[in-house]
Amino acid sequence: MDLHLIPGAAATAAERAAIDAVLLSSHPAPGTALGTAPGTRAPGTEAPSTQHLAPNTRHLLLPALHAAQAREGWISEGALNYICERLSVPPAEAYGVASFYALFSLKPRPPLVVHVCDDIACRANGAEAICQDLERRLGRQGESITNGAAAWLRSPCLGQCDRAPAALGQRAGSDPRDWTMTSVTADNIVEILRNEKSAVVSDVLVPPKPHSGEGGTQVYADPSRLLRRVGIADPENLSDYIVHGGFEALTRALQIGAGAVICEVTESRLVGRGGALFPAGRKWDAVARADARPHYLVCNADESEPGTFKDRVLMEADPFAVVEAMTIAAFATGCEQGYIYIRGEYPLATDRLGGAIEQARAAELLGDHVMGAPVRFDIELRRGAGAYICGEETALFNSIEGFRGEPRNKPPFPVQSGLFGRPTVVNNVETLVNVLDIVRKGGAAFARTGTEKSTGTKLFCLSGCAARPGLYEVPFGITLRQLIDRAGGVRERRPLQAVLLGGAAGVFVTPSDIDLPLSIEGASAAGATIGSGVVMLFDDRVDLRDITMRIAGFFRHESCGQCVPCRVGTLRQEEALHRLASSSGSRGQDLALIDDLAQAMRDASICGLGHTASTAVQSAIKKLQVF
Amino acid sequence: MIQLTIDERPVAAPQDATILQACNVLGVETPTLCYLKTLTPVNACRLCVVEVEGSRALAPACSRKVEPGMVVRTNTERVRHSRRLVLELLGSSVDLSLASADLKRYMRDYGAQPERLAGATVAQPVKIDNDLYVRDYSRCVLCYKCVEACGTDAQNTFAIAVAGRGFDARISTESDRPLPDSACVYCGNCIGVCPTGALMFKSEHDMRQSGAWDESKQKVTDTICPYCGVGCTLQLHVQDNTIVRVMSPLDHDVTRGHLCIKGRFGWQFVQNR
Repeated sequence: MDLHLIPGAAATAAERAAIDAVLLSSHPAPGTALGTAPGTRAPGTEAPSTQHLAPNTRHLLLPALHAAQAREGWISEGALNYICERLSVPPAEAYGVASFYALFSLKPRPPLVVHVCDDIACRANGAEAICQDLERRLGRQGESITNGAAAWLRSPCLGQCDRAPAALGQRAGSDPRDWTMTSVTADNIVEILRNEKSAVVSDVLVPPKPHSGEGGTQVYADPSRLLRRVGIADPENLSDYIVHGGFEALTRALQIGAGAVICEVTESRLVGRGGALFPAGRKWDAVARADARPHYLVCNADESEPGTFKDRVLMEADPFAVVEAMTIAAFATGCEQGYIYIRGEYPLATDRLGGAIEQARAAELLGDHVMGAPVRFDIELRRGAGAYICGEETALFNSIEGFRGEPRNKPPFPVQSGLFGRPTVVNNVETLVNVLDIVRKGGAAFARTGTEKSTGTKLFCLSGCAARPGLYEVPFGITLRQLIDRAGGVRERRPLQAVLLGGAAGVFVTPSDIDLPLSIEGASAAGATIGSGVVMLFDDRVDLRDITMRIAGFFRHESCGQCVPCRVGTLRQEEALHRLASSSGSRGQDLALIDDLAQAMRDASICGLGHTASTAVQSAIKKLQVF
Repeated sequence: MIQLTIDERPVAAPQDATILQACNVLGVETPTLCYLKTLTPVNACRLCVVEVEGSRALAPACSRKVEPGMVVRTNTERVRHSRRLVLELLGSSVDLSLASADLKRYMRDYGAQPERLAGATVAQPVKIDNDLYVRDYSRCVLCYKCVEACGTDAQNTFAIAVAGRGFDARISTESDRPLPDSACVYCGNCIGVCPTGALMFKSEHDMRQSGAWDESKQKVTDTICPYCGVGCTLQLHVQDNTIVRVMSPLDHDVTRGHLCIKGRFGWQFVQNR
């Protein structure tokens, strides 16, 4: 392949420096040199090798794009050219990748941007009124204000649902900075966008120590297992983590051996907490037995399901636990390289995990001799850039590899052919953190909590109109009513209109369903799903039609566009709902159409996004008679 | 050989065969759009989906490998429903008036009524930025074939890729630059694989615009490309004693349907009279 760059587009010195910095600080695999890569290949089709491959530098594309975006607030043709030259990626492909992600702009955009969440939990807390106020005062989203210095944009769920409404600030430049704002008002946002020294304002809004004081996500745990260090141990201090029981589990894992760890995990009957509920032990066993090498471990921290913020809390408040749990998983399954793929909208969690990895490396808890044992493992932290679909495991692999985040067809499954085409363990953050107790206390002891098919405790994200929104750790099997009671019921004691269980990909349930047990089998019997643990309450004042249409809009926006049922189906679903809401079509025809689309998306889409893009909408129509 | 059942009939297929290939053994017709035997299956259109016993969702026949004891059904209500919806979704959003005869036949066979799904479309002006071929993305079904032909499956030029996301996904050069600014080498292999007329010889486009295009008056003549020693078979489409487009047969063992700029476009000298 001859690399043909964009004619007449050169990167500025600042852009080059920013891109170089990230490329040099990355950890290219042995034997690879930047700029000498052999070009492109189809995703997941690497040449056979026995050691960690990263056979070319394509996998650095996303970090390099991040660097360019963070330097100037957008990715210029010059920056794109420079990245393509350094990584030997054809510009058309790099453009295809960059244009996939919502946090990247390929057109000039002001250096200061505030992404204002207008998704469902924030909508139930006045987000739409904020956005409309901003439209009146600042102009439409994306329009530059204060002489091109700033702009605001609407955003899908930012994972701060317990303290809605939320926003994400991004300031590009030589010292770029992202920060989260919670319980925002239109005044807050206007002030930040108009004030050149906005960092001062934002510092007030960002709680310095979440989960240990005012402003952070409130956590309620009974029993306290996954959350036992949250708000107690200092998330930035390895010694404090060790004082609070840290690395006991890894010590034990190294003592009992890899096979015994897998036995414990299998015996615990731990199932994945990301929503798919697959038995973790089976996944680990399959990778441990796979002949092909190397094996990879991926921690899926792309938590983007609207209403979900459990993994954020674990990563922000107990990041060493994620590192320790990953090390155990890697040891058990024979992985020497791990990746954490974290959503781009989680700046604090990214910082905390980055710090934890560094401290663990310095203490030789990661590296060539983990805890002095002949075990090699290291972790690379990768940031997403605004794409819900990258939480789908195979889309996530493609994203890490430097390709568009489009899901692959399964089979082959990740345990056979995953990241870089190799056997891969991919687990959600919460799933991994469960492993610590399983190893410390044994799988059988773990399985004594919860129900037959749903063992252990579960993190539930309470938001919407809950009186005490926050993160709740409870044993599987308690009823939805009990959980809502723990959260103080509906705020201001208003009547409950509906509960969204499992997120946008979940279903609405009515107050009459409220005694359903929160377990896999209990939810399934009620035609619902636990999903990622979303429990969003809506009181009688919330416009559920509006919420349902926002969910449809979310899926239309987040569809990767690869397969026809989802690419066009999510659009047609949203269009039909809008016609129903405005009574501008034939009601009967549109309802039938929505059913037809739902069945085709569920049956014929490539991945879970399309399969579940209609479930909440269907339940809103059929159970709640919203339309 | 792998033993499986398709539509209650036993069939044996080689290891690594796809369900589509096994269907072909039995003569079970499977509609396809993004599939082409010379390209890696991308299973993006989902027109070929079939029911596989034990699978929650339908499986794409074009890429799903056969397994021992697999039970496949191709003519169930679920299969027909999804195939019909895929055709309707495409027909309601893309101009399929120049699509292959097969696609039009599938529309009839599956009773597709795209008009009931009317809504936003991909309609946009034709891109005419060079003398050799035009790109009419109002007709693009995003089958990825052109990207594959431009990339690792044939040309290894990588001038185009899928950009954007969701319904905004589209085939694009870098920054949507015109082709002469891009890496395009004008091999025209993208035209050779396009199933809907989105990519078209400029000669054909101009004749269609002026109303002169008439396939009933066209004759196809096989010949060998005169330029180099490779020996590519050319199929010259000739109307009124003028070459109007050049293709190569997919099953030709030298070209597999692919040509270079000279064979594809370098035929004007034939017409110097």
